[in-house]
Amino acid sequence: MRLTCPLCGERDRREFYYCGAEDYLHRPAEGAPLAEWDNYLHLRDNPAGVTKDLWYHEAGCSQWLMVTRNTVTHEISAVELVAERKA
Amino acid sequence: MRYSGLKVITEGLFGNKGWTPAWRDPAPKAEYDVIIIGGGGHGLSTAYYLAKNHGITNVAVLEKGYLGSGNIGRNTTIVRANYFLPGNSEFYSHSMKLWEGLEADLNYNVMHSQRGLINLFHSDGQRDAFVRRGNAMINQGDDAILLDRDGVREHLPYLDFDNTRFPIYGGLLHPRGGSARHDAVAWGYARGADQRGVDLIQNCEVTGIDIENGVVRGVQTTRGAIRAKKVGIVVAGRSSQVAAMAGMRLPIESHILQAFVTEGLKPVINHVISFGMGHFYISQSDKGGLVFGGDLDFYASYAARGNLPMVEHVMEAGMTLMPMIGRAKVLRSWGGIMDMSPDGSPVIDKTHVDGLFIDCGWNYGGFKAVPASGWCMAHLMATGEPHEVARKFRLDRFATGHLLDEEGTGSQHNLH
Repeated sequence: MRLTCPLCGERDRREFYYCGAEDYLHRPAEGAPLAEWDNYLHLRDNPAGVTKDLWYHEAGCSQWLMVTRNTVTHEISAVELVAERKA
Repeated sequence: MRYSGLKVITEGLFGNKGWTPAWRDPAPKAEYDVIIIGGGGHGLSTAYYLAKNHGITNVAVLEKGYLGSGNIGRNTTIVRANYFLPGNSEFYSHSMKLWEGLEADLNYNVMHSQRGLINLFHSDGQRDAFVRRGNAMINQGDDAILLDRDGVREHLPYLDFDNTRFPIYGGLLHPRGGSARHDAVAWGYARGADQRGVDLIQNCEVTGIDIENGVVRGVQTTRGAIRAKKVGIVVAGRSSQVAAMAGMRLPIESHILQAFVTEGLKPVINHVISFGMGHFYISQSDKGGLVFGGDLDFYASYAARGNLPMVEHVMEAGMTLMPMIGRAKVLRSWGGIMDMSPDGSPVIDKTHVDGLFIDCGWNYGGFKAVPASGWCMAHLMATGEPHEVARKFRLDRFATGHLLDEEGTGSQHNLH
């Protein structure tokens, strides 16, 4: 697998650390009910198909990337900088 | 038909014309007492124990492909009871006891071989951790023997003991650990369930779960609607998709785990060897192939195939540990879909829907759990109460904080 980092270009999978589904971007507000924290930390859609997940370009630009890819075919359709994403 | 040595001989003498299919191929009925979704190891053992232990025989197992076409037919076949935490320890201990009587119980040769499992350690700190684990295993009534360096050398003289990075200090021997023939486990449970009246329905994919007023009523399938009083979801890597049909979002991420097998060789590795620091484990099948694997590829995937970096890593670890295998040719590699939970432990529990149960989250260790998982899931579905050795496998434990984090790495999806 190779990911095309918006800053560094196409790089080997080994340069990246996988964090998990993009759910980690949707942190509940302080004081939110426990169920929301459980949902944020543990519960996942885990789709068989297109998903968005977070990868850290550890051996490159140190940016967090949001990767849109297909979990069945391993096809990667988009790689964006998390810092520049439109909420 | 009962299998026996005499039967094999007499069939051999008379042209093997007397064998009959090991199970029927029934069409689905309109209604069952219990439907099990998933005809893999856990689903089939659940059906078997529902019939055998609880007398519930009006049961259907619905399998979207063919029986045993998932992880039960694609794993590295290791059987062990070397867990540490209360909650896991008694469960895997129970499973080991079931393994030890499984062939007689099923009247089926699952080639269960207690050849011993050795976990290697490479530092004083790791030795302490393994002493503690070994004591936990002994306290649970299972077996563990601490081997020093020479002790390991007696069993495994071919390892590289003086590796610069990971010199071998010793190992924890679990004599009752070993392996079994994975397909045969599925087939044995399937045959046993079928003989007790369970309908095993293949090529029947569940497309919906019917729920009325919070009570399960049955399922929709590619072979029509089937009503049921109780439904169990036992679908491993596909748990999230099936549970979503009941409006559930699970604490599961499905990941790839790769495994490898070499060409057949003469007997050379007698044990199951686990080299945790290198993320490598190996055993030799009765057919002669070296069966080995490593860690996850570490990203969510349903592709059932992995990527090259992990292939390279596993090969390097193998060569580091036992350079003698370097000339063996790898015959094939494959990947399974692992239902990874945040704390690395499974779920056997009720759901928010009355009559709907779930058995999932087996991570990369589901094979050894097949007997006890079926035993406990059947108990839960029949009685409505969790079995005593599986009472901590709760679906809500992540919300309540009652985690079963065997590795002690934290309750986070990418850490197990």
